[in-house]
Amino acid sequence: MAKDWIKKFFIYLFLTIGAVVMMFPFYWMISSSVKTAAEYNSFPPVWIPKNWLDFSNFVKAFQAAPFATYFLNSIIVTGSSVLLTGFITILGAFGFSRLKFPGKTILFSFLVAFMMVPFEMLVITNYQTVSKLNWIDTHYVLVIPFMTSIFYTYILKNFFDTIPDSLYYSARIDGASNWKYLWRVMVPIAKPSLVTIMLLNAISSWNSFMWPQLVINSDRFRTVPFGLFAFMSDAGSDTQLQLAAATVSVLPMIVLFLFARKYIVSGVARGGVKG
Amino acid sequence: MQVKIDHLTKKFDDVVAVSDFTMQFDDGKLVALLGPSGCGKSTMLNMLSGILPVSEGKIYFDEDDVTNMPPQDRGVGLVFQNYALYPHMTVLENIAFPLEIKKVDKKEREEKAKEMAKLVHVDQLLDRKPKELSGGQQQRVAIARALIKKPRLLLLDEPLSNLDARLRLEMREEIRRIQLETGVTTIFVTHDQEEAMSISDKIVLMKDGYLQQEDGPQELYDDPANLFVANFLGNPPINNLTGYIKDGYFVLEDDSGRIKVNNENAKENQQVVLGIRAESALIGTKEDHDLEAIFDQQYTMGKEELAFLKIGNQQIRIYLSSDYKFQKGDIVYLKFRSKGVYLFDKESGVRI
Repeated sequence: MAKDWIKKFFIYLFLTIGAVVMMFPFYWMISSSVKTAAEYNSFPPVWIPKNWLDFSNFVKAFQAAPFATYFLNSIIVTGSSVLLTGFITILGAFGFSRLKFPGKTILFSFLVAFMMVPFEMLVITNYQTVSKLNWIDTHYVLVIPFMTSIFYTYILKNFFDTIPDSLYYSARIDGASNWKYLWRVMVPIAKPSLVTIMLLNAISSWNSFMWPQLVINSDRFRTVPFGLFAFMSDAGSDTQLQLAAATVSVLPMIVLFLFARKYIVSGVARGGVKG
Repeated sequence: MQVKIDHLTKKFDDVVAVSDFTMQFDDGKLVALLGPSGCGKSTMLNMLSGILPVSEGKIYFDEDDVTNMPPQDRGVGLVFQNYALYPHMTVLENIAFPLEIKKVDKKEREEKAKEMAKLVHVDQLLDRKPKELSGGQQQRVAIARALIKKPRLLLLDEPLSNLDARLRLEMREEIRRIQLETGVTTIFVTHDQEEAMSISDKIVLMKDGYLQQEDGPQELYDDPANLFVANFLGNPPINNLTGYIKDGYFVLEDDSGRIKVNNENAKENQQVVLGIRAESALIGTKEDHDLEAIFDQQYTMGKEELAFLKIGNQQIRIYLSSDYKFQKGDIVYLKFRSKGVYLFDKESGVRI
């Protein structure tokens, strides 16, 4: 009995420490977003801001850059990226999991091997391509190059592989085409996995910074992460304003995560077992 | 519908799974494809459904040659061993799915699905998801889904193997009832001889891709064509005594006893196996018996005892009424009935 109690105590102790470490940056971001400049820059640091309801930083931040445009751009880019990538991933995963064609295994191994190529390697060739297409300073340039993802296809293919063949044959005998089977049977079953993929995609698209920085030159097409950059100047930065803007910019992702939470857990758990 | 198969063969690379089958499944009958695992019975079923292409030979449904017809055009219903229910759909949606594919309108297909649900007794469970059902209920739903489009042929792949013993008894009677009620020609695959014997009109016994024998269950049991058939059917399994033929007698291989055989096909000195069903060996007397055996041990089977006896260096199992009390080592005089005793060639296994 006593041993159990001690074991439990340590488990919860470590979980608590872990949770605090994970949560602290968020706490710092949110609490600092309502601090005054003096509070933020004081030493020793102010852990708890005096006035939690002081939203003047938010107002100032939104005046500092055209955030409304940035948000709209981010929503357009993230939304279309999630839909297009999702669609292509579903078709790709179905092909690799279900269809039979010569060289399938070899082709897939090649694709998986390409996952090792870092994004930075692709930047130059991608840049050359999009500039030849005259796509610099458009929405396309933020969506089209990322439309296919080997990683997401790989995850979804693994999930599709766990769906028994008998479901496929049963649907075929009932007269369902591959297309019908995919959308009426496989996709609904793979919902947890699919939601996980779409959420990961949304997060990476929403937070993407380096690529937009390179290919977008005008405010009309800039996305939210660039806006956060605007508070940095040679004269130092108004960090409390930046954190107020950051708080707003992560909100959509947090909301999305809360909605999709139930799927994510089962998606990761099931995809993980199969590896 | 009558199903005819003509010199049907299936090869996987070099392995022959089904070899040169020619036979006929009669209209409205329940037929069991029976055999040990790996005998090609599931391959046969998959060729009939159209999932597997045929290597050689033809399949006819009535007069139609369906050999190269895709599965959806054949009008077959298939129930898989794991039922293959769609996990995200309710029972009603699962049953209605084949009609949904056929673009039957929603109201009509739900009506028909409810009818089917009633037939298989799952009409109380229409809103449940498959994972909320027991194995037997899932099986019923799978059968309803296979039957809703009024197939010409119903195929069941090991329909009872995923169920526990009690449910298995219940479901096999249900399958028979549903088959009789709908009158659909049905073929089911099983490795369990008892299952096949109990509900089918005809049994097709297979081994290593070859047809061994096809006949009614009782005929197959009473009149096996070879040693494999005799061994496969019946519980407890048939007793095999090996020996040879001498002067019109079957002589045990260790010469410890002999029995007169009235079989003009048996050749002198032929190596043979004598098959004796457990119920065909009776207790005789010292004056009137066929073989002497030594009592070894016995097991209670409820209504009777199963006794193990030794004859020379071989063993034999017989039913024993509880009136007899033998001790280990006692001499038992055995008298064989003429029914249920067969002579097989030892090498080929063919009945003599």
